[in-house]
Amino acid sequence: MKAPARFWDFNKDISGCGVFGVLHKKRGLIDGDMPIKAMCTMHDRGNGQGGGFAAYGIYPDFKDCYAFHLLCETQEGLDNAEAVIKTYFDIKESQPIPTRRTLAIKNPPIVWRFFLTPKEDRPRWKDASEADYIVSVVMLINKDVKDAFVLSSGKDMGAFKGVGFPEDIADFFRLDEYKGYIWTGHNRFPTNSQAWWGGAHPFTLLDWAIVHNGEISSYGINRRYLAQHDYLCTLHTDTEVVAYLLDMLTRKHKLSLRMASYIFAPPFWDEIDRMPPAQQEAFRALRMVYGPAMLNGPFAILVTNNTTMMGLNDRVKLRPLLVAEKDDMVFMSSEESSIREVQRDLDRIWAPKAGEPVIAEVEA
Amino acid sequence: MLFKPISQSFHDFLVERDKERCINCEVCVRQCPYDVYYWDDARQQVMHDSSKCIGCHRCEALCPTACITVRRNPAEFRPNSLWTGTYIKNLFKQADTGGVLLSGCGCPQDKPIYWDKLQLDASQVTNPSIDPLREPMETRTFLGSKPDMLEFEETPDGPCLKGKLSPQLTLEYPIMFGAMSFGAINFNLHKAMALAATETGIYYNTGEGGLHQTLYKYGKNTIVQVASGRFGVHRDYLNAGAAIEIKVGQGAKPGIGGHLPGEKIDEEVSKTRMVPLGSDAISPAPHHDIYSIEDLLQLIYALKEATEYTKPVSVKIAAVHNAAAIASGIVRAGADIVVIDGFRGGTGAAPTMIRDNVGLPIELCLAAVDRRLRDDGIRNQASLVASGGIRCSADVVKAIALGADAVYIGSAALIAVGCTMCGRCYTGKCPWGIATNEARLKKRQNPDVAAKRLANLVKAWGHEIQEMLGGMGLNSIESLRGNTDKLRGIGLNQIELDTLGVKAAGQ
Repeated sequence: MKAPARFWDFNKDISGCGVFGVLHKKRGLIDGDMPIKAMCTMHDRGNGQGGGFAAYGIYPDFKDCYAFHLLCETQEGLDNAEAVIKTYFDIKESQPIPTRRTLAIKNPPIVWRFFLTPKEDRPRWKDASEADYIVSVVMLINKDVKDAFVLSSGKDMGAFKGVGFPEDIADFFRLDEYKGYIWTGHNRFPTNSQAWWGGAHPFTLLDWAIVHNGEISSYGINRRYLAQHDYLCTLHTDTEVVAYLLDMLTRKHKLSLRMASYIFAPPFWDEIDRMPPAQQEAFRALRMVYGPAMLNGPFAILVTNNTTMMGLNDRVKLRPLLVAEKDDMVFMSSEESSIREVQRDLDRIWAPKAGEPVIAEVEA
Repeated sequence: MLFKPISQSFHDFLVERDKERCINCEVCVRQCPYDVYYWDDARQQVMHDSSKCIGCHRCEALCPTACITVRRNPAEFRPNSLWTGTYIKNLFKQADTGGVLLSGCGCPQDKPIYWDKLQLDASQVTNPSIDPLREPMETRTFLGSKPDMLEFEETPDGPCLKGKLSPQLTLEYPIMFGAMSFGAINFNLHKAMALAATETGIYYNTGEGGLHQTLYKYGKNTIVQVASGRFGVHRDYLNAGAAIEIKVGQGAKPGIGGHLPGEKIDEEVSKTRMVPLGSDAISPAPHHDIYSIEDLLQLIYALKEATEYTKPVSVKIAAVHNAAAIASGIVRAGADIVVIDGFRGGTGAAPTMIRDNVGLPIELCLAAVDRRLRDDGIRNQASLVASGGIRCSADVVKAIALGADAVYIGSAALIAVGCTMCGRCYTGKCPWGIATNEARLKKRQNPDVAAKRLANLVKAWGHEIQEMLGGMGLNSIESLRGNTDKLRGIGLNQIELDTLGVKAAGQ
């Protein structure tokens, strides 16, 4: 794809944050209360300008449908988005996302969800894979439909986010009523003043959800690299590039999550120079070819899909990240206190090394 | 002297000697190859003739009592913003000789220098700046064609690459010594560049004059050049280096070939270039086997065949109006590296009109080429090297942010060994022993000392690049490459900003 005209002319949100994630290896359902409580502990890591959660396993009745969570500034935006969706999908179910009126959340936008299956006879992108087809429609809505944004588009999962502290967002979306086997939460401290619901975390694409504490200093080149590979960044935040890069690397380039993590935070050259010849060759090639996809700058990031949660730090660990285990549950968090708050006794707790991915998987 | 041409009376420099300090030691007499100084037998003292001075400052640097000051001649023509002294003097010269005006070094004219209008970013609060003295800071760079994607096999020992990458150059710093031919500069400096490149883990380029037999052993850090004259090109030469560069054009003189005057062709140069002793070595304006892009493809693959696909092939062009489209064609023709040489690039000899009026600033051209290659989806197929007027490490950092993989430095390297940019390289009488093959002059450059100075330069710039990278919160050079978000323009108009792909300061 040709880079958009004036590709350099963007405003990127900058923020510091708190992240929390929990995964049950046996798909045991965890109450929404747990991630909410954990995020409350890290209240001070945000400033009320953004909070959000991603949950997996929340739509057992629509397991095989793509769950589109939409955020619309106006009814017209929702209507237009629905028209686009109708063109490309069969709608199995269409409903407002249940919300609670709360004091803390003022002037919320319209939040709506659709459960969808792709049309048998596609109007466009006939030869694309199903995943590409979904991504194309998401990009189309985000780019061309005014006042409408797709918050999440995966199966049996959803993202809930907005402007407010995470506990207020959870209250608004009634997350205490959901149960899931993977949860991630995010508390945001942006440095700019114009908070926007779409700019909160998690960021999602298909089944991927990402919560991120950090600033990606390589954003300028990550974004250009993505444009070369047909991903258009529209959400004014650096976390977006992580979602798209993951999708590109794992789905299009068919690399494993572990290889993707090596691309995001590769070993240093002096480490590579000390590896056995075969690994030297592999890592040299990886850094040469995927240099523009490297995430440079401080970050602690939690990446989830239907079966996995990965925690990753930047190469010099400039942001906190801890991992803990208790029975079948794996926790990852910015702060130990938040894990202890929801699970006092832990089998194991450790701080992963800089650049070293921790991958927790749901058992098959 | 009864008669001298008027052009000689309006000379550029004035030599001032403090008579009280001069000890008549005649160092200046021996140092000046332009015979400014002479021993006057009748007066029994050193005398000088400022009209011959070219402003190289060699005498000033070597005078043991520091009695010499070389100044610009304060004599001034009547002020006229159109007919300046330079034009008046040039007209006198041409009326004298009927010849083409010649110049050495790069374009000195007052034209925009975009490096100076770009400011770099630094981290504050939201991301920490990184201290290169305490944390790793990586500048390693690879030049060559990269595939779109990779496949790995994951083993318990770690990942293994499936398939092989095409050949790559590995640079410890994103800096190389640009093409300066043996003949244009002398053997001592070629050896110095070879030694310094080896020591610092970078490359030097032979230029179009072949490679001296005794320097073959530094081949691992050598890029051999093939230019339109094909001087010194043979099978062993092609296989001697780590990469081959086809020189199509040069920033200082786009559209014309090279000219090494016969005076500079001594026995060693003659042998290495494979041209007769003392005869002018004139390389034609075009390659006579490249009249179009499809011919370039043939030459690229002829060279790859000759070296059995073990070496990347680079193509160097001058920064001209349509460089972006040309570069795109070059990449599609199979080049692994594209070099863009801006109009400030140096030269041993170029017609002044060409040097000063043809070609574009590297900054704008580089950004345009990088963007075109990205838009065409072929940026990974070739590395991009920028050259022509890189003066300091900040210029290198800005070039990389504008999309270059690495830069060539030529003039900066020569200045590191003494060059003062006097611009008379074509006379073969370089007072600093650089652009000369005269035995008494070239011995002024000791290869080991020059190598040390060149290596120092590269290392010093390396430290500075690391500091700037760390300041921006980056710890690896690839995160800067093409990252124009790290640049802001000051005093640039919107078209310039748009061409560079850079926001205005404050935006």
